[in-house]
Amino acid sequence: MTAPLLAVDGVVAGYRPDLPIIHGISLTVAPEEMVTIIGPNGAGKSTLIKAVAGILPISRGTVRLAGKEITNLPTHRMASVSMAYVPQVANVFTTLTINENLKVGATALSKEDAARRIERGYEAFPDLKKFRHKKAGVLSGGQRQMLAVARALLTEPRLLMLDEPSAGLSPLMVSDVFQRLKALVDTGVAILMVEQNAKAALAISHRTYVFAEGRNRIDGPSQEMASNEEVTSIYLGAGGRKR
Amino acid sequence: MLQAIADGILSGSIIALGAIGLTLTMGILRFANFAHAELVTWGAYMALGVLALTGAFMGPLEPFSFGVPLIMATLVAMVLTAALALAIDWLVYRPLRGRANHLTLVFGSFGVSLLVRMIILLIFGGGAQYYSNTLQIAIPVAPGLRILPDQVFTLGLTAVIVVALHLFLQKTRLGLAMRALAENPELARVNGIDTKVVVRWTWIIGASLAAISGVLYGLTVQLRPEIGFHLLLPLFAAAILGGVGNVFGAVIGGLIVGLAESLSVLVIPAGYKLAVPFMILLLVLYIRPTGIFAGTVGGAK
Ligand SMILES: Nc1ncnc2c1ncn2[C@@H]1O[C@H](COP(=O)(O)OP(=O)(O)O)[C@@H](O)[C@H]1O
Ligand SMILES: [Mg+2]
Repeated sequence: MTAPLLAVDGVVAGYRPDLPIIHGISLTVAPEEMVTIIGPNGAGKSTLIKAVAGILPISRGTVRLAGKEITNLPTHRMASVSMAYVPQVANVFTTLTINENLKVGATALSKEDAARRIERGYEAFPDLKKFRHKKAGVLSGGQRQMLAVARALLTEPRLLMLDEPSAGLSPLMVSDVFQRLKALVDTGVAILMVEQNAKAALAISHRTYVFAEGRNRIDGPSQEMASNEEVTSIYLGAGGRKR
Repeated sequence: MLQAIADGILSGSIIALGAIGLTLTMGILRFANFAHAELVTWGAYMALGVLALTGAFMGPLEPFSFGVPLIMATLVAMVLTAALALAIDWLVYRPLRGRANHLTLVFGSFGVSLLVRMIILLIFGGGAQYYSNTLQIAIPVAPGLRILPDQVFTLGLTAVIVVALHLFLQKTRLGLAMRALAENPELARVNGIDTKVVVRWTWIIGASLAAISGVLYGLTVQLRPEIGFHLLLPLFAAAILGGVGNVFGAVIGGLIVGLAESLSVLVIPAGYKLAVPFMILLLVLYIRPTGIFAGTVGGAK
């Protein structure tokens, strides 16, 4: 097995130090691997991602990226360790234009790099270019998701973390978003994503972790998980549960 | 009538400068900083102090009542006011931030404002003071309308500052970061913005504008330790009227409050003038609590 890109080991974290939400979660993501986290509502999936991103304090355990410890990294320094995160809700600035959203996303870059990579982002997402001077608040859910992903890619991260990228999208948009994520992995980006849309996620990801009540429950290659009786009976139900 | 309008626009532009700083800090730091009005007083008196120390080493720049010394003193006052704001943030607000109750900060700012006023009273005394004793001759602009050169200067400076600040918020990286932070602090950090640095700059800019506002008040009215106390309601009325976080809105709000105050004297006894901003505030909160313009930093073009 190759050395993991991301290694989360026994992480305890929550919104308040005295009230942990996740109780010692461990997982790994290999370079260029796509890993999904599924589990019932309130299992602590978002909490784990936010803890890795340095948004929520980690009281025990470690997070390593490419062997370097980054436990409790200040959130604004994510780009410096080649990591990016797309939150589930409120993931674009609705009062800023599309172009301004991308400029903010390029904060960690020099002005020249920023301009060049924003241009490249527009090439990858032509829809965004069309609306570049419109406020992001007017975008549809799918377009917002595209903007949020385009923003996260500006810093050319090796690890992209996404929290429910398909939430609230039409089935057509869901498959579009997933196709793009798959294409990203082919270009060498590793992805760790939380998904409620478990069937679609299992179909495209390499490995899947199932969380329940703030702990690891089951994990393994996604194909095996799709046929795992425990997983299907508890978590997949009728096409995955929605919020 | 014409004179009342001119006076209203003048005091409105001074209110506007103070309200810009207030609306920025309210939008970005997310609490009603009652001490902001005292920064205006502090700025006015710091300029007076510097002026007293350096002496009038040059004559006034005709036709204005002031010269290079007051301009230099204002620059020093801006630095000293920014320093006070940063010190207050570090000593008082920082330990309170992140606590469960948001009102704690508001009450903290109340305490700070009393303290600042008392310090000014102790150092400078309670009497009215002036930057200069030069008598200015009002220029008759139209029948029944006379304006002092200093007042023209005040209007011009306010206009320049508003345009400069607008360009700053629209065109620079720091301005963009401030607008991003005002909308969503967590997302701003996720985007790579070091929010502590941006908050520091917000204090510096807001306090510097407060200092300028104070000097202009001292220049066109007089210096008294109660400047901040009297400006408190007008500043909040202007900021809330314009939509919290909205620079352009704060300017319009300031002008409306200034005009309403000065025109009110035509219909109600002058003694009730101070209640006008309060009435405006009540009216806005009742009819349209978000202000006339949507409240986003730099918004409404
Ligand atoms: N902002 C918050 N403050 C306090 N507790 C929260 C907050 N958000 C979520 N929680 C709690 O954390 C637990 C796990 O939530 P989360 O990680 O969001 O679950 P999910 O697996 O659905 O993403 C839930 O029980 C929820 O009550
Ligand atoms: Mg979640």
